[in-house]
Amino acid sequence: MKIVVMLKTLLFNLIKGPVTRKYPYEEREPFPGERGVILMPDESKCIYCGLCARKCPSNALTVTRAPGKEWKYERFRCILCGACVEACPKKCLEFGSRKQG
Amino acid sequence: MMKINEEVSLETLVGKVAALQVAGYRFVTMTTVDCDDYFDIYYHYDKDYELYTLRLKVEKPGVVPSISTACFAALIIENEIQDLFGITFTGLVVDYEKHFLLAPDAPEKPFCHVPGVKITTVDSPAAKKEEVAE
Amino acid sequence: MSMIVPFGPQHPVLPEPLQLRLEIVDETVVSALPVIGYVHRGLERLAEQKDFQQDTYLIEHICGICSFMHSTTYCTGIEEIMNIEIPERAKYLRVAWSEMHRIHSHLLALGLLADAFGFESLFYQIWRTREHIMDAMEFTTGGRVMLSAACVGGVRKDINEEQKKFVLEKLAAIEAEFKEEAHVLLDDYTVKSRTVGVGILDAKTAYERGAVGPTARASGIKMDHRMTGYFAYDKLDFEPVVEDGCDAYSRTKVRIREVYQSIDLIRQALAALPDTPLKTPFKGNPNGEAAVRAEQPRGEVIYYLKGNGTDKLARCRVRTPTFANVAPMLHMLNGCNLANVGVIVLSVDPCISCTER
Repeated sequence: MKIVVMLKTLLFNLIKGPVTRKYPYEEREPFPGERGVILMPDESKCIYCGLCARKCPSNALTVTRAPGKEWKYERFRCILCGACVEACPKKCLEFGSRKQG
Repeated sequence: MMKINEEVSLETLVGKVAALQVAGYRFVTMTTVDCDDYFDIYYHYDKDYELYTLRLKVEKPGVVPSISTACFAALIIENEIQDLFGITFTGLVVDYEKHFLLAPDAPEKPFCHVPGVKITTVDSPAAKKEEVAE
Repeated sequence: MSMIVPFGPQHPVLPEPLQLRLEIVDETVVSALPVIGYVHRGLERLAEQKDFQQDTYLIEHICGICSFMHSTTYCTGIEEIMNIEIPERAKYLRVAWSEMHRIHSHLLALGLLADAFGFESLFYQIWRTREHIMDAMEFTTGGRVMLSAACVGGVRKDINEEQKKFVLEKLAAIEAEFKEEAHVLLDDYTVKSRTVGVGILDAKTAYERGAVGPTARASGIKMDHRMTGYFAYDKLDFEPVVEDGCDAYSRTKVRIREVYQSIDLIRQALAALPDTPLKTPFKGNPNGEAAVRAEQPRGEVIYYLKGNGTDKLARCRVRTPTFANVAPMLHMLNGCNLANVGVIVLSVDPCISCTER
């Protein structure tokens, strides 16, 4: 019968200190390729073909050609799958860090 | 592609299922497909990683004998089909009366191609409160 | 005299909304009746409204734990209907991510089990180990849970040399840390007193009631759908983990051994990554029907897909593993002590959001 099996781990944790970060003051570097938000850095490159809006599974994108040309993105509908980024023929969409959203 | 191993009818269904149970088949699940004029119900069984499928054709709106007496595991899935397709299973071991997955005020048979959109409203406590306030 | 005690849907032990109406006499449960429907979303119906490639991302959101395995099984189904042969590299990558999900799901389940019998420090310790695999997934795909890496015809993302090194480092870290935690789960007196002999499910009942996954394997049923060799599993070396204790302790043991097995499988898959394209291009829409199965952390999942030649599916049906495990769980609850209900339910590792879709 074994008791206090956990003791070794607990003592080790006590000496080593916390593994968590003091979040707002101390931040982890995000991984490269982080999917945080969809961005269009240069809107002049967009040809308003509407392919991204058609591929989007959650209807987060709306593209209008007339009367005024507009590319609209709803942040809270987006599921960040990246189907639009992949579909864009002009490669003008990209992922940004989650802080930019 | 999926193989349909056997066609069954409403009369032979329960006997066939009981025979499969005895032969050592494991109940996997049931699938209902709305084919516009009728329903197809598939009974999936498994033995040695091979799927054994029975197909039953049911006229709408659909009354089917339950197999839950022969196979208890079918109980939950039959209740789900009752909710979503409005098919009635007779002789269920536990009958949730079409409110297994759906709330009392949910639309009727929402998975049918032409759903019965009737919404039966219930007196929620919040609604009652508003009435009193008025 | 018996009385009815409602257990859940809000209960400290339960991570998800499941209600059990327990009929009890004194402290013993006589019968149990599940009440679900709190998170029913009708995703199967929604899948018929979207086009079949968009469905890949929709299906991924069925479950927040084994998301990649859902989407990749769905893709396998579409590939079967359309006769698409996926590239070799995609098969190995699908194995790698599937096994990462298995590790993360099992560590989550073991942590919650520890929480169910009140061992909070063990719970946090296991979840701390779990962060390693979450990091590995985020570094390789950009998402912690929703990998969005599967697509019809292959995979969308690749694992390069740098990422491979990172994943292998993290696996080594998990192996070292998890050894200690597994030791506590398997040998500690207090843990054993809560799990050994609790929630007995004999092999015959398990088979008759259609138990799947670790629940069936802990009852001595040698049933692991990976043995059929889908993806690249036929080229990797592994054996299904089987225990014959039939109780909550055995189910814990199966999960612990499967974590090691998954670590081994990822190493094998990453070592054998062939150099081929990631995706097979295809044209057209699915026409026909297929039923595909895969082994998820909780057991076997079955997808029935029916296409009618348009870009929208005629029917998409999902039977998740927990759905099959509810009936065996009701059997385990019969005759148990009221205090053990939480442990029994968590030992099955229920995922109610999966079940209701």
